Order: sequence, then C-alpha cells, then structure tokens
Amino acid sequence: MNSLNKEIYLDNSATTRVHPKVVTLVSQIMSEDYGNPSSMHNKGVEAERYVINATKQIAKILKASEKDILFTSGGTESDNLALIGGARANQRAGKHIITTAIEHPAILNTCKYLEEEGFEISYLHVDEYGVIDLDELKSLIRPDTILVSIMYVNNEVGSVQPIQEAGALIKNLNKNTLFHVDAVQGFGKCEIYPGKMNVDLMSVSGHKIHGPKGIGFLFVKTGTKLKPISFGGGQQGGLRNGTLNVPGIAGIGLASELITKDLDEEREKLFSLKSFFLQEIEKIDRVSVNGVKKDETGAFLVKETAPHIMNISVKGLRSEVMLHALEEEGIFISAGSACASHSKKTSSTLKSMGKSAEAMDGALRISMSQFTEKEDLVTLIDAIKRAIEVYGRFVRK
Amino acid sequence: MYTSFLIKYAEIGVKGKNRYLFEDALVRQIKYALKPVEGTFTVSKTPGRIFLDAESDFDFDEVINALQHVFGITGICPVVKTEDISLEDLDEKVVKFFDMAYPDKNKTFKVNARRSRKNYPLDSMELNAHMGEVLLKAFPELTVDVHEPEITLVVEVREMIYIYSEIIPGPGGLPIGTNGKAMLLLSGGIDSPVAGYMISKRGVRIDAVYFHAPPYTSERAKQKVVDLAKKVSAYAGPIYLHIVNFTELQLYIYEKCPHEELTIIMRRYMMKIAEQIAKDTECQALITGESIGQVASQTTQSLSVTNEVCTLPVFRPLIAFDKEDIVTISKKIDTYETSILPFEDCCTIFVAKHPVTKPNLGIIKRHEENLNEKIDDMVKECIDTKEIIIVNAHEN
Repeated sequence: MNSLNKEIYLDNSATTRVHPKVVTLVSQIMSEDYGNPSSMHNKGVEAERYVINATKQIAKILKASEKDILFTSGGTESDNLALIGGARANQRAGKHIITTAIEHPAILNTCKYLEEEGFEISYLHVDEYGVIDLDELKSLIRPDTILVSIMYVNNEVGSVQPIQEAGALIKNLNKNTLFHVDAVQGFGKCEIYPGKMNVDLMSVSGHKIHGPKGIGFLFVKTGTKLKPISFGGGQQGGLRNGTLNVPGIAGIGLASELITKDLDEEREKLFSLKSFFLQEIEKIDRVSVNGVKKDETGAFLVKETAPHIMNISVKGLRSEVMLHALEEEGIFISAGSACASHSKKTSSTLKSMGKSAEAMDGALRISMSQFTEKEDLVTLIDAIKRAIEVYGRFVRK
Repeated sequence: MYTSFLIKYAEIGVKGKNRYLFEDALVRQIKYALKPVEGTFTVSKTPGRIFLDAESDFDFDEVINALQHVFGITGICPVVKTEDISLEDLDEKVVKFFDMAYPDKNKTFKVNARRSRKNYPLDSMELNAHMGEVLLKAFPELTVDVHEPEITLVVEVREMIYIYSEIIPGPGGLPIGTNGKAMLLLSGGIDSPVAGYMISKRGVRIDAVYFHAPPYTSERAKQKVVDLAKKVSAYAGPIYLHIVNFTELQLYIYEKCPHEELTIIMRRYMMKIAEQIAKDTECQALITGESIGQVASQTTQSLSVTNEVCTLPVFRPLIAFDKEDIVTISKKIDTYETSILPFEDCCTIFVAKHPVTKPNLGIIKRHEENLNEKIDDMVKECIDTKEIIIVNAHEN
C-alpha cells in the first residue's frame, strides 16, 4: 500500500467513481420510482418527470434546446448513431467523411464500417502535440463532404482540438456539411456550447463524468438530418428506440449539473495539479512528457491541453510492468488508452504524434478527477521513482 | 423415456484382485460428478456392470455431460428398465422403445439378448429370435442384418429387464484416485492444461503449481491460470493450486547469470520448487507440458538439463506430440480459448533473443554458483510465501 494508505484512483479517463448524490438518486428511482415513462398511469408520469428534468439540466448547460437531447447507452452508441445515422441520411448530398487519425475506436471502427458501405473517409493528421491542422481540414472539405467528426479532447494524451475554429471553417466552406464532436473526454472539463461552435452532433458519456455506466446522450441540433440505426417502439421520436433508462437519464442529468457547476474553479485546480505533476515527473531520469508544449522559460503550457489527462513515457520500462507495480501500492493508472490496452496494439495517438516505439512501450496515462488531491500526485511521483529504481534495471536484452 | 444408464468400463475389468478398488473409485467419481446435476440418483454395482438409476426427473443431456467427464467410463447406455411381468408385456415395451428411439424405420438391425437370470423361460437364442420377429412384425420396413447392423438392440434379463441400443462414448481412462497424486506445472499456455488432463485420465489425482511474477505478470494472468485449472478440474476433480511468487528469484538469476541461460536456469529452479512442494504434499510425480523441440528450453539437451534437478519422476505426456495435436485436445477439453488470451507469462518476460538450445550441464551448474549467496533462502521464501487456491469446477 502507498504512504497515504488509501486507494489512489488516477484512471478517470477510463471511468469515474459515481458521485454520491447520483448514487442516491439512481438508487431511489430503481427501487421506488421505477415506472416506464411510456405508461399512461401515474407511475409512468412520475418517471417521465425525471426524464424531463434531466433533459432540462443538460439543455441548460449546453445552452441548447430541450428537443436537441437524445439519450443513448453511452459514448459508443452516440458516436455510432451520429456517424452511421448522419451518413445514411445525407448520402444523396455526397459520400465523403472527414475525421482524425487519433479518434477513439468508437469513431475509427465506425468509419471503417462506413467505408464498407461505400463512403470515402479522409483522416486528418496531428502534430507532435496531438493537434490537427486547420489548413489541412480546409484543404479536405469538398462539395460532397457530408460529415466531419473531430474529438474534443483526446483520450490518450489530453490534447484539445480547435473545435470552434473548425466549426466556423466547415460551415464557411460547406454549410451542408454536418459537424460531429466526440466530447466524451471533454464534457465537464472544457466549456462546450454547440450553438456557438457550429456543432450539429455531439456525443457525451455518463460514466466519465461521475454518472452511471450504460447512459450517454447525443446532442442533435434541431433540423439535423439523421436516420435511426435501431428500431422499436418509437421512443425519442423514433430516433433512438427502446424503453428509456430512467435511472441512468436522471443520473447523467444530475452528474452533468454537478460537474459543470464550478467548472472554472475546477479547471484552475486541475491545471495547477497538472503543472505540478509534469514539472516534478520530468525531473526523473528516463521520464518524458507527451503532448504538452513548453514556453521559453521551460514551463508547460498546460492550458492549451485538457486539465485532467497527463501522458508520460518511461524509457526502458514497459507500461504494463509500471502499471502493475503501482497497482501493488494501491495506485491505479492506465497504459495508453484503457479501451485499447488489452488489444496490445500500440497507442494510435502517440504513433500519429510521431513518437518512437520505445516511448509508446513505456507510455502511461494519468487522468484526474474533481476528487484528486495534490498529495495523491506526490505519492504517485514517489511510487514511479521507486518502481524505476527497482525494475528499471531489468530490461529485455 | 430413459430412467437408467448402464455404465461400461474397459480396463478396470482386467485389474484382477484389485478390481473392486477400481470399481469403487468409479462409483465414487460418478456420484461426485452427479452432485451438481439436478435430480436424485442411485449408483449401484452389480458384477461387471454399474447402473445409474434416476429416482426423479432429470435433464438427459446434463447427466450425459456429467458422465462424460468421469474417467474410467468407456460407454454410457441410456436404458429402459422394466419389471418382468410377462413376455407379451416385454414385447410391447421393446416395440415402444424401438419406435421412440428410431423414428425412421428404414434400418438394418439385430437383437442381442442376454439372459443372466437363468430361470427365465427363454434362453438367449430363443429370445433373440422372438424379439426379432416381434419387431419385424411391428415395423415391416426393418431388415435383419446380423453381421453389420445399423442398430443393435440389447435386451438384458436380470432381476429386472434392461432394454438399450445406443452407446454414447465416455472419456475412457481410469477412475481418479486409483493411481496416486502428481504435481502439475501449470502455466497460462496451451500445453500444460492438456498434460494435466492426460495424466489425470490415467487415474492420477493432480495438484498444480503456478509461478507468478508481479508486476511483470498481472492479476489477470493469474486469474487465467485459475480458470484453466478449473477447466481441468471438471475432469480431474478438485485441484490445489499453489501460487508461487517468483519475481525476486527470477530477477536474481537475471542479474547473476548469462542472459542466454536465463530461461533454462529459471526452469531448473521452477522444477526444484515444484518438486519440493510435491514432496511436501505427498505427490509421487511431477507433470509438465513439455514437448521435444517446441521451444529452446525444450530441446532434448535442455530437457535433460532441466530434468537433472529432480528425483521424482517427471511425467511429460505431450513429449512426442505435434502442436497441432495438442491444440486439438485443448479444444476438446475447452481450455484452448482461455489459453490463447494474451497475458504475459513469467517465462517470456526476459526471454533472450538467442537463448541456448544445447545447454551444457557442467557450464550451467558453474554459472549457477553465482547464485550461491542468496538462492537457498529465496527458494525457501518462494515456498513459504506461496498462496493456495482450491479450484473446483463444481463450485463457483
């Protein structure tokens, strides 16, 4: 166990602890207000109120219309519905789609599928900090480009994409091109107003923001042409069929409200933690920081990145070994991306950023939440130092 | 339709005066295998036969599946058991049995009657002829073929009369508990679970030892080994799985010995530790999944150098098997899908690019002298701190 003798969870980009207030609400709905919103009786009406309330909470945060919120089972489904539903509904206008090389598999594999359906996909490159080039985007947009999908915050390195600028650019060049943003890692950590940013579709997941798993939403701007990808009882305007997950919906509503309540303060706190961590960790021999620029004084420009995700590489020590060594001390972090780490493929984001095989082999992702304290990071830095001392001596020859 | 099963066994029949020991073990293993099966069953031993009678409703497939995991059984015959009321009654039952068992009557058949109760009015030959006639009359599409019939209908007259025709193959082998106990070196790979299965098939009770190397191997890698042990225990019965933390010893070898010899020296210590645990737990042998030439540490020279540390016999049932054949068995016993899950195992962590394939025992021993300072304590530590998990396919 670590010196603090408590569990230190720093894998919040994989999933988060559910906020206690959300737990209470979800549990109450499951055991007492368990009605089906589609039912005509009072039990159904009661359940429907939770859905209406959650919709209001989210719409308010996004400065959007309540009609624009579609509940799904999570980030993956939101991404699938946005891409497949958006592409199929608009294919008469063209079959060209643009995305980035560093998207989550929920986007990349959906694009692969759409390629089989006859769509043409272009992938934007990123620089060494994991950020796209707007000029490249500009050069790729064509009259038959029906959809552009760009993630807000990268899940592996925490780079932030210029969504507002991209939105303006896309609409300027082709006002019919839909703009989808995968905001699974960005929502609750960065300010997001789809209206102002020219976003037509936006995916959010519940369990990344201290809400339950199995719930997410897709923002769909009024008037956006979208086809359903699954069929059933006609719920949510027939766009996303299936009995509404009322506890999940109420949970994501409350979680969204809680995480955005003091967003500016939370961001400041996380940025200062991130600066502290990166400065200290970089002092350790063999450690390098991925995806954050420095100014001329050598200070990290953390504010150009997401406040909660840090990515570092330890030379000569495989990330799996480090991860398990830290785990023995009760510290939980992640190697590369949690979604892809068991598939054994090297991080696609780091690869796209031009990192070496060695840097990818020893890459670690540390992701914080509102519950993270400075002492957690001090303990982590200490534990990483010790692990390098103990296990760094042994390498494959 | 079926209420009983006739259990056939082969090799046990020839075990002379010890035969009852084998039969008792088989009865015990059948009862054990049926424990998680819903229903009430009785298992009874009559000379040369074991019968399983259901005293309640049961699921046919579930019973067959349970019996197919009991070593010693060569065949399972689903039986209709009837009281001896009259010959007419028996005729009726036989016809009904045939009708239910074979909806398509366009078949060749013969009747194989056995009369072990000698006061029965018809002898075996007469009963054969009689039943043949009865069936031909009932189903004119049938034809008799006494040499290569598609269906052999057995009518066995004992205190009760047993009617059966189908033999479902059992796993063969000898009942667990009739051939001592051995310690299996279990890794997460394809081979070792198969080796354990094969030795337990010869009636040997097995325990297992796994070498865990955190943080190089993960909790999931360990869980994978527990899962594999569980699959093997579906045949072998409960397995005591000894989990040895091997990291420090492994790193010590890494620091003190030539890198190309790491794997071979490491394996010598694994064998040493496994043998000590085997002796402490009253095992009479070790089991490994080694196969000649499969990897550098399994060349004849390497096997000989590894073997040198042991005094107990080392059973290597896969020694002359091709990988393909091992895979076939692992698929049959359902360990394959688990074995191929991609977790590090402790043999591959520091594997050299060019490990020795023809180690020389003298040289290896000389290099092992570099370990003299700490190695005995480390071996002792490995054994003292091991964790034991009792793995049982019948429990969750």
